[in-house]
Amino acid sequence: MSEVIWGLGTSHVPSIGAAMDRDLTADPKWSPLFDGYAPAREWLAERTPDVAILVYNDHANGVDLDIVPTFAIGTAEQYRVADEGYGRRAVPDVTGDPDLSCHLLEHLVDDGFDLTVFSELDVDHGFTVPLSVWTPDPGDAWPCPVVPIMVNVIRYPQPSAARCYALGQAIGRALASYEGARTVGILGTGGMSHQLAGARAGFVNPEFDRMFLDAIADDPQRLTALHRDEYIRLAGSEGIELIMWLVMRGAMNARVRTVHTAYHVPASNTAAGLALLDNRSAP
Amino acid sequence: MTTRSDLPGTYVFDGPSGRRGRPLNRMLQSLRTEGARADFRADEAAYCLRFELSAEQTTAVLERDWQAMLDLGGSIFYIYKLAMMDGRSMQYLGGVFTGMTEAEFTAAMAAGGRTDV
Repeated sequence: MSEVIWGLGTSHVPSIGAAMDRDLTADPKWSPLFDGYAPAREWLAERTPDVAILVYNDHANGVDLDIVPTFAIGTAEQYRVADEGYGRRAVPDVTGDPDLSCHLLEHLVDDGFDLTVFSELDVDHGFTVPLSVWTPDPGDAWPCPVVPIMVNVIRYPQPSAARCYALGQAIGRALASYEGARTVGILGTGGMSHQLAGARAGFVNPEFDRMFLDAIADDPQRLTALHRDEYIRLAGSEGIELIMWLVMRGAMNARVRTVHTAYHVPASNTAAGLALLDNRSAP
Repeated sequence: MTTRSDLPGTYVFDGPSGRRGRPLNRMLQSLRTEGARADFRADEAAYCLRFELSAEQTTAVLERDWQAMLDLGGSIFYIYKLAMMDGRSMQYLGGVFTGMTEAEFTAAMAAGGRTDV
């Protein structure tokens, strides 16, 4: 069986990747954010899993609005880094794990989660920025193969927070019967509070974000109880991305240990947060 | 402007927005490739016609009326592709939507974001 060893919740703001790509991480504007990542990166560097699962959303790069899967999984051997309109990020393409993808797909469908399948998928900043948060200097390749799970958070109605958590639980059950890897890391991405459009653009809710960073570890039921309209009201129309952290959390044990959290405002128009959870050393 | 009843100042990209904005968003999505961007720059109105934008949507694009693009069903992630072509930042758009200059909006974010809206 495969064991989830850690979960990493992190924002995926494009400017975080751009700051790294342009060597601005020591800039006074950016250093507080990256200083906040440092303890998590050190811990993760010593715990590279055999494979990772990354829960994310696309932003009009790999897919468009003609077809919007609520939940989807990639089954490719390789995922190209997307050109989002200003050239590709200078980071490695992503090596997939088709065996794990197909195992997850079969078990998730049998468990009532009818995922859409991507045999080919270009991955945008929603995917590559979390990989950079985890591994700032990947060299020629990311630390391990990565399986994408895509969630619709752009087109209303997004899946409920409770459904995202239940999907994570089903992923956890599927991993328990997988023999192809010993250790798995899982990333939930997006958020934190932010809103890009409308008269409320620039909205940030630090109280909600702080609550979320605590509850994701110790009281996820508090977060699954919130309706999507509550996420949009409390975290902003794009802050609803945070429901993807609940897929990650659902795949983990009922009790986890928080290794590190970080919070910073702003990354562009967004509150940026990180929560690193250890799945193996709960008290 | 599409808003849910208790969310003033907030666009929710729902079914009606998706239907209304479909030609506009499909056109904006196409701008991912350099060839498409060159075609667009060569004759913006003809490019919009190719994607069957409404007259209002075409006017909004030609005049870079970002607020109107939202009102006509544009998704912010798609609208942003045109803004990037113009060298505009998300902070610039935030300023447009909130009646601020780009510098004012950026300063508001640097001060901790707009926590009072």
